[in-house]
Amino acid sequence: MANSRDLQVSSPLGGFMRRKPWLFLLFVVGVFALTSCTGARSDSTSEIVIGEFGSLTGTTATFGISTKNGIDMAVDDLNKAGGLLGKKVRVIVEDDQGKPEEAQTVVTKLITKDQVSAILGEVASSRTMAAAPVAQQNGIPLISPSSTNPKVTEIGDYIFRVCFIDPFQGLVMAKFATNTLKVKNVAILRDIKNDYSVGLAEVFVENFKKMGGNIVANESYSEGDTDFSAQLTSIKSKNPQAVFMPGYYTEVGLVVRQARKLGLNIPFMGGDGWDSPSLIQIGGEAVNGSYYSNHFSVSDPSPKIQKFVSDYKARYSATPDALAGLGYDAASVLFDAIKRANSTDGAKVRDAIAATKDFDGITGKITIDKDRNAVKPAVVLQVKDGKLQYVETIAP
Amino acid sequence: METFLQQLINGVSQGSAYALIALGYTMVYGVLRLINFAHSDVYMFGAFMGFYLANNEWIKTHLGDSPLTAVLVLLGAMALSAGVGILIERFAYRPGRGKSRFALAFWLGIAGAAAGQLVNASLASTLIGAAAGLIIGIVSEKVGLRPAQENSRLALLIIAIGVSLFLENGGQQVFGADPKFFPQIIETRLLDIGPLRIDSQKLIVLGVAVVLMVLLNVIVNYTKTGKGMRAVSFNLDAAKLMGINTDRIIAFTFALGSALAGAGGILVSLLYPKIDPLMGVMPGLKAFVAAVLGGIGNITGAMLGGLVLGMAEVMAVGYGESTYRDAIAFIILVLILLLKPTGIMGKGMIEKV
Amino acid sequence: MRKWAFWLAAIVLLIVLQATLRGLIGAYYYQIVILVGINIILAVSLNLINGVTGQFSIGHAGFYAIGGYTSAALVYYGGASIRAPLRFLPSMAQDTILLLLGLIAAAVMAGLAGLAVGIPSLRLRGDYLAIVTLGFGEIIRVFILNIDAIGGSRGFSGIPQLSNLFWVYLLVLATIITVRNLIRSSYGRAFISIRDDEIAAEAMGVDTTRYKVLSFVISSMFAGIAGGLFGHFTMYLHPNSFLFTTSFYLIIMIVVGGLGSIEGSVVGAILVTVTLEVFRRFGPFRLVYFAIVLVLIMIYRPQGLVGKRYGYS
Repeated sequence: MANSRDLQVSSPLGGFMRRKPWLFLLFVVGVFALTSCTGARSDSTSEIVIGEFGSLTGTTATFGISTKNGIDMAVDDLNKAGGLLGKKVRVIVEDDQGKPEEAQTVVTKLITKDQVSAILGEVASSRTMAAAPVAQQNGIPLISPSSTNPKVTEIGDYIFRVCFIDPFQGLVMAKFATNTLKVKNVAILRDIKNDYSVGLAEVFVENFKKMGGNIVANESYSEGDTDFSAQLTSIKSKNPQAVFMPGYYTEVGLVVRQARKLGLNIPFMGGDGWDSPSLIQIGGEAVNGSYYSNHFSVSDPSPKIQKFVSDYKARYSATPDALAGLGYDAASVLFDAIKRANSTDGAKVRDAIAATKDFDGITGKITIDKDRNAVKPAVVLQVKDGKLQYVETIAP
Repeated sequence: METFLQQLINGVSQGSAYALIALGYTMVYGVLRLINFAHSDVYMFGAFMGFYLANNEWIKTHLGDSPLTAVLVLLGAMALSAGVGILIERFAYRPGRGKSRFALAFWLGIAGAAAGQLVNASLASTLIGAAAGLIIGIVSEKVGLRPAQENSRLALLIIAIGVSLFLENGGQQVFGADPKFFPQIIETRLLDIGPLRIDSQKLIVLGVAVVLMVLLNVIVNYTKTGKGMRAVSFNLDAAKLMGINTDRIIAFTFALGSALAGAGGILVSLLYPKIDPLMGVMPGLKAFVAAVLGGIGNITGAMLGGLVLGMAEVMAVGYGESTYRDAIAFIILVLILLLKPTGIMGKGMIEKV
Repeated sequence: MRKWAFWLAAIVLLIVLQATLRGLIGAYYYQIVILVGINIILAVSLNLINGVTGQFSIGHAGFYAIGGYTSAALVYYGGASIRAPLRFLPSMAQDTILLLLGLIAAAVMAGLAGLAVGIPSLRLRGDYLAIVTLGFGEIIRVFILNIDAIGGSRGFSGIPQLSNLFWVYLLVLATIITVRNLIRSSYGRAFISIRDDEIAAEAMGVDTTRYKVLSFVISSMFAGIAGGLFGHFTMYLHPNSFLFTTSFYLIIMIVVGGLGSIEGSVVGAILVTVTLEVFRRFGPFRLVYFAIVLVLIMIYRPQGLVGKRYGYS
C-alpha cells in the first residue's frame, strides 16, 4: 500500500469533489430523496397491496424464485376471478439476497414506505426470524410459506405459516425409517451452515432413538461443498443401513453420486429441502431408491393438484416444486382470510388467518392451530426410475 | 488402512481441482501484482460454456459420444474463457492502469442492455438499451472523459472485486440461478485396484491437470512469449524499456490464466456435476489460499499448494471435525505463513531501500 | 471551555433527532440512517489500519461479528442479573447501562481478537497480510457457526433493542473524533510513517511492530462497538451477515471515499450504503449496476471521491 501515490488527477470531476465534498453529499442525499419519492403511494381505494420478500439472488435464489412463481400465479388467478373485495391485488416483491439484515430492511421498507397490508415470506427460517419482529411491531400479518423452524411463529401473534414445522417433519421420517424401511442403524449427514438442516437432524435423532434406533455416524458438510468423499468414507466404515440427510437438494445430488461410487448403496432419506426438479437431474441414477418427506406430490391425481401442475408448466415451462405450491397456498390463505375479515385491517386479518380451518390448498387441507402453525399431513416420496413416486402419507 | 488410502486419493483429486484454479491466480499475480478476484468467476464461466457446448444439439448429433467430443468441448470452453479473460483485461484492468478506449462504452452498453431488459423483457428492448449505452459511452470519451492516469494497485483490486460481483450476479440473471447438471461427456468407470475403488474420471482429471501444467511450464520457460511473461513479472518498467510490448504480454497472460480456469471449471464439473453461477466463490477463495501457500507468483508452488490444501482438508474432515472444513484451509494458511512468510516455494523477498 | 460545549450541543441535537426523525421520515429511512451510522464507524476504523497505517487488512467483518455476538450474549444471558441491583433506576437508565456494558464488552473482546490476529499476522507484508486477515475473518465466522449457545446457524434471536439513533451517532462522533485525535498525535505520526515507508520508520527508531499492533487493536475495538450497536438494533444476528463479502464492502467504502482520509471513509460509507438501497429499484440487476458503477468509479477516480490523504498537503 506504500506504492500508491496521489498523482495529478485528469478527470474533470476531480476539482469539484476535492474542494467541496459536502456539496457532493448534499447532491447524493438529494438524488436519493428524489428517486425514492417517486415511488407511487398505493391508492388504497382501487387496489390491495401485498408485500413479498425472498432470496431472489444469492445461493438460495431458486427457493425465492419458486415461491415467487407460486405467489404470482395465485395473484393472477385471483385477479382474473374478480379480485378481492372488489379490488385488484398487487404484489411488491423485494430481494433479500439471502441475508438476514437485508430481510429486515426490505420488510421495513415494504411496511412503512410501500404501506402493504400483509407480508408473504420467506423460505429460510433465519431470514423470516430476522424480519418477523418488524411485522409484529407494526401489526402487519405475515405468512411464511415454508419456514419450518418452530421459533418463527413464537415471535408474535401476527406471524403465521402454512407449512408443517420441523419437529413434525423429523418425526415423520423417523417413523418412516422405523416402520416402513425397518432400519435400526442410521447415519446422519447434516449441513452445518443451515439451521433447517441442523434442526431437522436433531429432531430426527431424538425421535429415532426413542423408537429404538441407533445413530451410528454423525457427519456434516457446508452448503456449497462439492466433495463429500471424506464424510462418506467415514460413514461407510460405520456400516449404517440408511443415511438421513436433511439438507437442500443442491448438495443431495452430488452426495448420492459420490456415495454410489464409493460403494455405499444404502437408501438415503431427506426432508422437504430435497424437493426440486434439479434433484433428479443432478442425482441421476444414483438418487433412485431414496426417500424424502414433502408437502405434496405432483403425481397426486387430485384434479386440484393436476390443474396447478399444468397451469404452472404452461406459464413457467417447469414442473412446480413444493415451494411453489406453498407460495400459492400462502397467498391463497391470505386472500381467503381477507375475504372473511372483509377488510385489510391488520388485526382483523390476523384473527381471520388464525381461524383458518380445513382450507383446501394445493399442499393439503390447511388448518391453523393455536401456535399459528399449519396442521397438515406430510407425504413421503420415493425417487424411482428417475421419477418421483408417492409412497405414503403420515398424519400428525 | 484402506480408508486412509481412500482418503489420500480423495485428497489428491480435490487438490488437483484447487491447483488448476490456483495456477491462473498465481500467473496474473506474477505479471500484474494483482489478486484477480474475478478469476473464480471465469472458472464458473468455463463450466457453463462447457455445459452449453456439451448440450448443443448440433454437436450432439454430429459428433456423438466419443472422447473427441469431450476434447472439443474442453478446448472450446477454454477458448471462450480465454476470450472472457481478454475482455476483462481490456475493459476493466487496462483502464485501471490508465489506458483504454471504449471501456466506458462497453460498461454503459451492458448497463443499457440491462435497463432495456428491465423496461421490457424483449430482445428489441435489450438491444436498444445496449445501443444507447454504447453511444453515450463513445460520445463521452470523444468529448474528453479519460481514465485516471494513476497506477493504484488498490483501485485495481476494487475493480477486480467489481468484475467478480458483475460476473456472479450477471451470471445469475443470464444463466439462471438454479443449479444445472453437467453432462458426463467422459464416461466414468470404477476401477477396483486391490481394496480401493478408484474412479477413472478422477484419474483422467488428474492426468489432464498434469498435462496442462506441463504445457504451461513449456510455454513460460521455453517460448519467446513466456520469456516476455517472466520479464514482465520481474520488472514491468524494465521490460518496457527492453522493447517488450507489455500490454500484449499482459493480455496473453490473462488469456492463458483464464483458459486454465475454464479448463478447471470443466474438469471439476465432470467430477462434481453440479454447476451454478456462484460455484466459483468458495473454490476461488481456497485456490487463492493455495496459491499464496505455494508462494504467490510461483507456478510449481501453485500446484503444490493446491495439493497440500486438498489433502489437509480431506484429512481434517475425515479424521477430525467435518464442521470446520472451511476453516481448515485458512488455519493451514496461517500456520504455514507464520513459519515461512513467503509460502512454500516463495523466494524470500529482499526489500531494497 | 469549547470542548464540553461541543459535546453538549451534540447530545442535545441527537436527543432532538432521536425523538423526531423516525416520525418525520418513516421507519424505513430511519433504519437506513442507522445502518449508515454503523457503517461509518466500521469504515473509519478500517481506514485507521488500511489507510493511515498502510496495513492491508480485509478481515474486518470478523471483529464486527465478535463485537456483535459478545454484546448480544452479555445482554441476553446476563441482562436479568445486571438489572437486578439497578431496579431503583428508571428503565431508560437501566437500558443505557446495559447497552454501555455490552458495548464495552464488545470492544474488549474485539480488541483481544485484534491482538490475537494482529501479533502473528503483522509480520507479513502486503498481499500476504491481506489473505491472512481474510482467513481469520472466515475462521471466526466458521467458529461462530458452530457455537450453539449463540445460535450457530440458527442465528441469535431475541436480542433486546437497546441501540437507537442517539447512541449510534453519539458513537459515530466519538469514533471520528478519537481517530482524528489519534492521527494528529505522535501515535498518528508513527502510523503514517509506517504507511509511507516502513523500513525508514524502523531506521528512525519507530517500533513498527508495536504501532502496527496498536493500530490493529484500536481499529478492531471500534469494529466491535459497531457490531454491538448492530445486534442491538436488528435484534437478530446470523453469521451470514459477516461473510467476507461484508469485509469487501467495507474496503470498497474506504477506497471509493478516499483511502487515508476520515472524510473519505464517511463519504464512502454513506455513498455505498445509500447506493445499495437506491439500486433496489433495479430489481435483479441491483448488484450488476452496483458492480458497474464501482468499476467505473475506480477507473475514472482511483483515489476516491474525497481523495485527500492525511499527512499530505
